[in-house]
Amino acid sequence: MLKAGIIGLGKMGLSHAAIVAPHRDVDLVAVCDTSSLILDGIKKFTGIKVYDDYRKMIDSETLDFVIVATPTKFHFPMVKFALEKGIHTFCEKPFSLSIKEGEEMVSLAERNNLVNQVGYHNHFIGTFRELRRLIKNGILGDLVHFTGEAYGPVVTKPKGGTWRSDPGEGGGCLFDYASHVINLIQEIIGRPVSAQGAQLKRIYSRDVEDAVYSLLKLESGLSGILSVNWSDETYRKMSTSITVIGKKGKIICDATELKIYLKEPDSTEKLDRGWTIKYITDLAIPVDFYLRGEEYSAQIDNFVHHVIERKPTEINTFRQALETDRVMEIIMTESKR
Amino acid sequence: MDKVLFGDNQFFAVNHLSDEKSRAQAIRFKDDSAIIRVLDQAIEEGISTFMCTTHDRIANICEYMRNNPDKYRGFKIYPGMPYAHKYANAVTELGIIGTIKQYVPGNIFSTFAKGGMAYLSKDFLKLMEILIDAEMKMFKGISTPVIFIQNVIVDMILGLKAYDAFKAFDEYIRKKYNAEPGYITMNMPALLDALNSIGINNPIICTSINKIGFRMSGGREIYEKYLREKEFRPIAMQVLAAGALKPREAIEYLGNFPKIESVVFGASSKGHIRETKELIEKYL
Repeated sequence: MLKAGIIGLGKMGLSHAAIVAPHRDVDLVAVCDTSSLILDGIKKFTGIKVYDDYRKMIDSETLDFVIVATPTKFHFPMVKFALEKGIHTFCEKPFSLSIKEGEEMVSLAERNNLVNQVGYHNHFIGTFRELRRLIKNGILGDLVHFTGEAYGPVVTKPKGGTWRSDPGEGGGCLFDYASHVINLIQEIIGRPVSAQGAQLKRIYSRDVEDAVYSLLKLESGLSGILSVNWSDETYRKMSTSITVIGKKGKIICDATELKIYLKEPDSTEKLDRGWTIKYITDLAIPVDFYLRGEEYSAQIDNFVHHVIERKPTEINTFRQALETDRVMEIIMTESKR
Repeated sequence: MDKVLFGDNQFFAVNHLSDEKSRAQAIRFKDDSAIIRVLDQAIEEGISTFMCTTHDRIANICEYMRNNPDKYRGFKIYPGMPYAHKYANAVTELGIIGTIKQYVPGNIFSTFAKGGMAYLSKDFLKLMEILIDAEMKMFKGISTPVIFIQNVIVDMILGLKAYDAFKAFDEYIRKKYNAEPGYITMNMPALLDALNSIGINNPIICTSINKIGFRMSGGREIYEKYLREKEFRPIAMQVLAAGALKPREAIEYLGNFPKIESVVFGASSKGHIRETKELIEKYL
């Protein structure tokens, strides 16, 4: 059994705790947060040990891995502390507010051969995984254009609030919502290297952007559109989609279905000419425990598996997440021009 | 419980197979009258239980029912609480404490006069009761013989092994609402074991049951074993696996498990309601 600790018990930290605690290969021994309300609740209702200082938790417990799920600005000191103690680390997204600090975390993890993963959970949704496979196999031929989108109802009225409305702590639609889409574009289609125009728009928030629009250019020369808005109440929850257009056809992919249009049949993929729809029911990754989506459990399964095997994961590494941070920096710089 | 329970996902743009279809549903059910029309069709087909989440718009439907008592005589609602996305979106924006402040009715500091939040931290179960009462307000005067907690909360409590929360929910629902507590879950075998371990026996559990194993955590085999061997009162949901299965094969499969007491399904047309109801009555 691996011994695990969780730092930060907000929405994601609690969700991770509920997934890690029943995991067959893991013993969740301790959690850490600064809210006495949350810690009291954990202490009262679960057998998990609580700490209000992550250093104390890491020093007092013998942990195989930690999950860091605090506001982004705290990732660096916490991740660094864990890595220096030789502890495998799963960190929530976005990875870091500073490229320099991000680089330091990457090199520290890689130098110490520690398993490192970031919570870009969309890669564990069957439809996006299938999209990646199809694109890598070149099913669409030469690519022409892409669109990456995410919409949802997070801020739909004027009001301030928590760290998510504080740009200094990693709040805002770019860090919270758009990072997911950028990461999908980067890992499925190709790495964005420049932005030819970027808009960070405030709609209801006072201090952060509520929408991100940009034209991104990839390493390959391909360009496409990023369109993200977390103030769109026509969506019941966050809805993320990627559309890729190539010379041989087009694919529209979201968390529920993959719509493939081919100009000619593809015999290796057994796909007809015209539209084929693949559904999540056939593509979902099986999990032992389900909370809010298979992807949240599947990403922990992947991380735990690699910790047990002591080999680096290929999905959602710190290095990949740092690339996403770089793209966000490019977008921020471009938006100020 | 009735064999056939009418669900509400179709009214609130919940479609696990297609975001496009959910938008079409949102457009179709923009007005409450459109929801009431379909509910009335379900009643005409002989359905007398509506299982629904505590979505804001359900309050309007309840108001309509209260104003038309003759039309809805004998009609029951099984509420499922809370409407999770309301809280999930609020937590993203406001944090956990901010969300509690927003949704606990009245001023939290006056609700917990003795020391506000500090007092609150000692009394989570009181907080739970206040939140249940807030969610139940909309059903005043309507028969709610079974009251469910939604899967996100059930599975969160289950994962954290905070089983005392189940016990408190169970006792409060029986005592205050004179109703049977129910549990919606994506992890049926683990939940049943957990409930049994704290002395909650033969519980009502609403869970995904379908022949392709969709949203049946741990796999279909263990679900089937529990359905054959364990003592509980299952309600089957997601029987069509979000539309991946045809109604006949889907419901025929449920017929293998005589223990299943009810099936909850949503439909938007009279034809679909009739077809599904007839299949359930035939095979169950």
